[in-house]
Amino acid sequence: MTTYQEFIQQNEDRDGVRFSWNLWPSSRLEATRLVVPVSCLFTPLKERPDLPPVQYEPVVCGRANCKAVLNPLCQVDFRAKIWACNFCFQRNPFPPSYAGISDVNQPAELMPQFSTIEYIVQRGPATPLIFLYVVDSCLEEEDLQALRESLQMSLSLLPPNALVGLITFGRMVQVHELSCEGIAKSYVFRGTKELSSKQIQEMLGLMKPAASGQQGRPIAPQDAAASCRFLQPVHRVDMNLTDLLGELQRDPWPVPQGKRPLRSTGVALSVAVGLLEGAFPNTGARVMLFTGGPPTQGPGMVVGDELKTPIRSWHDIQKDNARHLKKATKYFDALANRTADNGHSVDIYACALDQTGLLEMKCLSNLTGGHIVMGDSFNTSLFKQTFQRVFSKDFNGEFRMAFGGTLEVKTSRELKVSGAIGPCVSLNAKGPSVSENEMGIGGTSQWKVCSLNPSTTLALFFEVVNQHNAPIPQGGRGAIQFVTQYQHSNTQRRIRVTTVARNWADAQSQIQHIESSFDQEASAVLMARLGVFRAESEEGPDVLRWLDRQLIRLCQKFGQFNKDDPTSFKLSESLSLYPQFMFHLRRSPFLQVFNNSPDESSYYRHHFVRQDLTQSLIMVQPMLYSYSFHGPPEPVLLDSGSILPDRILLMDTFFQLVIYHGETIAQWRKAGYQEMAEYENFKQLLQAPLDDAQEILQTRFPMPRYVDTDHGGSQARFLLSKVNPSQTHNNSNGWTQEPGAPILTDDVSLQVFMDHLKKLAVSSST
Amino acid sequence: MSQQGYVATPPYSQAQAGMGAYPAGSNQHMYGHYGGPPQASFPPPAGSMKSPVSSSTPGMPPPPNHYNPNGQQNGSHPQSYPGAPAAPGAPAAPGAPAAPGAPAGYGHPLQSQYPSMGQQAPPPAKQLTNQMGAMNLGNYAPGPMQSPPTASPIAPQPFQPTPHPAMGQPPGPLGPHHPWGAGQCLVLQWQDLTCLVWACPTLDHLPQDPGASSSLVPDPIAQQATPRNQVSLGARWQGPDGRAQMAGGQMAGPQPGFPGAFPGPGMAGPPQKKLDPDSIPSPTQVIEDDQAKWGGQLYATNVRGQVPPLVTTDFTVQDQGNASPRFMRCTTSCLPCTADLAKQCQVPLAVIIKPFASLPENETPLYVVNHGETGPIRCNRCKAYMCPFMQFLDGGRRYQCGFCSCVNEVPVFYFQHLDHMGRRMDFYERPELSLGSYEFAATLDYCKNNKLANPPAYIFMIDVSFTNIKSGLVKLVCDELKTLLDNLPREDGAESSAVRVGFVTYNKILHFYNVKSSLAQPQMMVVSDTVEMFVPLLDGFLVSYPESRAVIHNLLEQIPDMFADTNESETVFAPVVQAGLEALKAAESSGKLFIFHSSIPTAEAPGKLKNRDDKKLINTDKEKTLFHPVKGLYEQLTKECVAQGCSVDLFLFPSQYLDLATMGHVPAHTGGSVYKYSNFQVETDGEHFLRDLRKDVEKSMGFDAIMRVRTSTGFRATDFLGAVYMSNTTDVEMAAVDCDKAVTVELKHDDALSEETGAFLQCALLYTTVGGQRRLRVHNLSLNCSAQLPELFKSCETDSLINFFAKTAYRAVLNQPLKSVKEILVSQTAHMLACYRKNCASPSAASQ
Repeated sequence: MTTYQEFIQQNEDRDGVRFSWNLWPSSRLEATRLVVPVSCLFTPLKERPDLPPVQYEPVVCGRANCKAVLNPLCQVDFRAKIWACNFCFQRNPFPPSYAGISDVNQPAELMPQFSTIEYIVQRGPATPLIFLYVVDSCLEEEDLQALRESLQMSLSLLPPNALVGLITFGRMVQVHELSCEGIAKSYVFRGTKELSSKQIQEMLGLMKPAASGQQGRPIAPQDAAASCRFLQPVHRVDMNLTDLLGELQRDPWPVPQGKRPLRSTGVALSVAVGLLEGAFPNTGARVMLFTGGPPTQGPGMVVGDELKTPIRSWHDIQKDNARHLKKATKYFDALANRTADNGHSVDIYACALDQTGLLEMKCLSNLTGGHIVMGDSFNTSLFKQTFQRVFSKDFNGEFRMAFGGTLEVKTSRELKVSGAIGPCVSLNAKGPSVSENEMGIGGTSQWKVCSLNPSTTLALFFEVVNQHNAPIPQGGRGAIQFVTQYQHSNTQRRIRVTTVARNWADAQSQIQHIESSFDQEASAVLMARLGVFRAESEEGPDVLRWLDRQLIRLCQKFGQFNKDDPTSFKLSESLSLYPQFMFHLRRSPFLQVFNNSPDESSYYRHHFVRQDLTQSLIMVQPMLYSYSFHGPPEPVLLDSGSILPDRILLMDTFFQLVIYHGETIAQWRKAGYQEMAEYENFKQLLQAPLDDAQEILQTRFPMPRYVDTDHGGSQARFLLSKVNPSQTHNNSNGWTQEPGAPILTDDVSLQVFMDHLKKLAVSSST
Repeated sequence: MSQQGYVATPPYSQAQAGMGAYPAGSNQHMYGHYGGPPQASFPPPAGSMKSPVSSSTPGMPPPPNHYNPNGQQNGSHPQSYPGAPAAPGAPAAPGAPAAPGAPAGYGHPLQSQYPSMGQQAPPPAKQLTNQMGAMNLGNYAPGPMQSPPTASPIAPQPFQPTPHPAMGQPPGPLGPHHPWGAGQCLVLQWQDLTCLVWACPTLDHLPQDPGASSSLVPDPIAQQATPRNQVSLGARWQGPDGRAQMAGGQMAGPQPGFPGAFPGPGMAGPPQKKLDPDSIPSPTQVIEDDQAKWGGQLYATNVRGQVPPLVTTDFTVQDQGNASPRFMRCTTSCLPCTADLAKQCQVPLAVIIKPFASLPENETPLYVVNHGETGPIRCNRCKAYMCPFMQFLDGGRRYQCGFCSCVNEVPVFYFQHLDHMGRRMDFYERPELSLGSYEFAATLDYCKNNKLANPPAYIFMIDVSFTNIKSGLVKLVCDELKTLLDNLPREDGAESSAVRVGFVTYNKILHFYNVKSSLAQPQMMVVSDTVEMFVPLLDGFLVSYPESRAVIHNLLEQIPDMFADTNESETVFAPVVQAGLEALKAAESSGKLFIFHSSIPTAEAPGKLKNRDDKKLINTDKEKTLFHPVKGLYEQLTKECVAQGCSVDLFLFPSQYLDLATMGHVPAHTGGSVYKYSNFQVETDGEHFLRDLRKDVEKSMGFDAIMRVRTSTGFRATDFLGAVYMSNTTDVEMAAVDCDKAVTVELKHDDALSEETGAFLQCALLYTTVGGQRRLRVHNLSLNCSAQLPELFKSCETDSLINFFAKTAYRAVLNQPLKSVKEILVSQTAHMLACYRKNCASPSAASQ
């Protein structure tokens, strides 16, 4: 019997699924007592180089409200050519094309190793991908130049047949016509006026074809002809567009002293959305917004143009002092929903030193699966490389992006799905497997994910509905099937089906087993997602209290202790790290807004709710590696005690990559020992973390902020704010011989946190 | 000159025709209205009035002219069609002969029906010349004006080759006249009388249905003309009757000004039953005589209350303390002393001011005076500007304002000793002390928002809908602009024009062009949001022509091609004006829009118009509604344009009804002009249009102007007529004013005037020059006052009178039925002449 560790790993590699519990409690009551719900992190498009897609349609169950896909868990009668759906138990005949099926001649989807399988299906004409650049022209010349170059460069990265369009905005919004010869032509919209999609299309001269867009039939010929003025195949307008971008001027309207430039981001986005909505509904399309500041006029205005009024801070928001917040959020929400309805996605590349209104605009990306990238300037490698990485390709030379995905979840009868948390919107598909208890985005068994990439991960929460008095026979298994339909970047429609099953366990008799099937990493991330989801709508302290209560209940349930004796408290191995994750989660920027701007919070949360487990875990509890002469590089505790003079530390928080040279090392480096031949080993030591960092930089999206600092350097704060403050100015006095660096903070340390936790867990009063 | 007083025009005879038209009753009424005296004294006239009706006389030669043309005045009046700025190509094709050379602008054919006149009395005597010409203040552009007179004394006649049998009946005669032939174009110039008369409203109207419309238009004029004539005849003249209308018709044509002087001795003649046609003063003759007297002469303005030469006369003005008659002309240069007297004589008191009148080359341009940072010196009480009418006292330490008599301190820097005559020593060094017209450099206080003005901008807005593309107009305009833009008006002495230019094309949506000099190619920006118009760009839209020449040429080259295969036939209009306005607002400058438009704006947008041409309304009380602009948006637009100093010139190329009454509202109040070329064809009308365009683009202008007329105590300016906008009762706002625009100002008594001190007028015009400087142009005029009616009549000036009558009549047309407008004109004229005869002419035997 393999360990749960291995089992979990295997499952993740094969299916991209990690459950909080790998044995499921067999009744609703027991499930609720487990505190952490039965739930999973699911990565629909996990890269599977070893999984060649099959070129036929999936076989689905004939029951109208089931439609589950044939999978290895189904009972098959090879002789009768009949299979039984493992979700609804309907018996279905195989289609004629499966006539040759037999024990030894099984289709791939029946083989156990194909619990995840991908089908290529023919549905409608292939439509090219669409990239619509929405570019802010109120940038500093230097920034604009950098952006121009990045955009021009990106043209060469696009698939040649992709359609590309350009909208620029400042005080006005200009939609550039790309097809015209000679004189450059653009349609201009006033930046202050909210327009309906119909008005936009009329003004652009795009009259709707009579046919309704319901069918998702993209591009009727006349349709394409009409809109092609604005969206052209890259290969045809490459030169034209390059010139256009080259001539892109800063917004010509003068900006008076003491004012912000007028930026019509809201209208620009609505024009972009309106343009695509009319011409290309339900086609893979990315609206890529490049902005260098907050929207300052028109619908979606985040801050007025007076520089003396600063952009809202958390303080203002808590005081209900953010004038435009509600209106702007509402506006962008509505826009985001429209975009999602049409299956398009919106990326936001916001590069500015101040906030740019991500808080208000985040929905655009959150609901549509678009990226958010936040940087200081377009003229940084952070932006340039991140942007380039959007167009990165996989081992097949295909773009790591997929569009118009829908994720459908089917469950066996004992389970229902309560909701999802991730970059998705509900499709409002009611069905037998939809739970009434909502967690996250619930009330549906289907979600739309407008844009996906291989790391896009959704958290799915389930409810066990089996009644306590209706025991499940020993050895019974619960099954869940994930059906993901999407448009591949090569424009094929594909369907990926993942079917998983777990054993049921009786919580009363098999609590040990259940405990050991606990996946604390997945659980930490899942609980964190729930926390972040709540934090979007609730006050920060409430969320923390809720998390604490959950943690205490979990400890009470699974800890071993004597009543009212904190010292006797013990947790089994499978839960041992969980409290520590919670400790760091409480301190993380996802739940703490102190020291973060609203934009930063939105940005962090945006990434947290879409990254896969590993990345999420790094975000919750950053990784710390130590490099020294004493041995090979090793991961060390994220603790102030790890900060030693003769160490180099590499911290990865996902968003930042910090290399910290201890006091001694920094002095050596300053003295230039690494230049001397006899200190070659020192040079190597210095180089080692750099190489490791480079490796991370290469692969991560978005590119992290890279910080190289020394002991006492101002940027060391990135490290100091993350580590567990086991030594602070309050307690370090008597402990000078203790290794490590005291942190100037009043935050509680992990030790204090654990002490309180034990006390509360064992207390009979709670 | 002295003689000039009133002109009796020969046409009397004809004038009657008009009468015929009137219902008898109305005639009567009129008379009654006037009061007894006239009737009593002139029974004959009364009779005549009626008689004409019946007689319609074909045969009626004009009565013998009673007037002997005497000397200069009464001779036959040459008809100068001076005024006729009739467009060359003008409609009046028939008329054309008359004014071949005349470029001018009204295309209105005046076709009148002069028929009978023509036939019967071809001689000059009969012609009523159209006063239009006269209307202009000052002389007309010398060129055009002059030539016509000689050429065409009889010109009017040609119009009506066939005498109308039914002379008397207006409808009949009128019909034929209808000017609007295909290809004719109308140019309305607001400033001119003519234009006024023709008034936009009618314009549209006319084209559509000639018959009906014709009656509308010409009539008013005709009427007025006629009556006047009649009256002038001394009311006594009877005969010629029916023709009155015809006369009217003529008026329309180049109207020979009545050269003002007529009161020849002849006047004195006793009433006679029959007028001797030969003795009726002929306008043509009067004009010729005046020309003979003043032609090429120097006219010095040093004497108060002089009667200036006729507007048709080519003379040279030397400013010696009063504004040149080119700038200001009074209906009478001798005001009656009391309101009673003014009422009695019925001569309207008005001054016609043409602040930017162009001066011939041999006259000195206006001096610019700079009083430094404090700005121009002004009276503390009435705020009148320093002028020759200020009396210096106390050895030069104080001065008394000639307008309000307030005694003011002379600022230290301005102090100067007085000579033995009481004049300042620097009298001849300071234009503001010795001249009638001069300019002050304005300080920041006189600028909008206390910001220095920017040079104005000209925006060319071309309708590129199907019609204009097909007719070749777009190409024509674009080609012309390439050369025309080199001739933008510039400040005197400036090397190049500071005027910036911008380009817009439109049909249902608008296209703005970025023609920044740094661009290799112009850029087009399309704005489809016609509901809330805005300007998509600032930098690059309004540019200096020399700098962006290459890009602009490139653009003008491409525009015709870009839209070559358009099939868009709907247009918008109000948003176009709005766009120009917004552009100027954004650029914080004043300016002018040149709009080349083809059709009634029916596209879904603000300012959408519908065809409301209803023939049924013609000749009813509701007829006036046809002339009214549609309420609402356009009025608002006008207001905004004036506030921004945005003048609108309309070039129209309609092939059908256009609702010019509404579309013309904006130009009419922003100092703009309307040019209309019906059924435009490049081959036939192209040259005509281009000439108009060139003149319009090149002429010198002032922008964002505010005019104020101050008067000495005892009377004041009460009413202002012209292409102006009034937001209160004293400030005349003009988005732009050019060398052809005039404002007619009506004067009323407040109190008695003194013969001794006379009366002063000061017209101050604050404006922005084409170079973007803020200036104050001041015109001063002194008038005599007299308690003696003969003095008054002697100083009357028909040119100005007609201008006043025409403008008031035009205004009245909008509020009253045409019929009553005509009646009022007739009665007033009759009354005026009656008064003349009673008070001035009676001693001698009235010859007519």
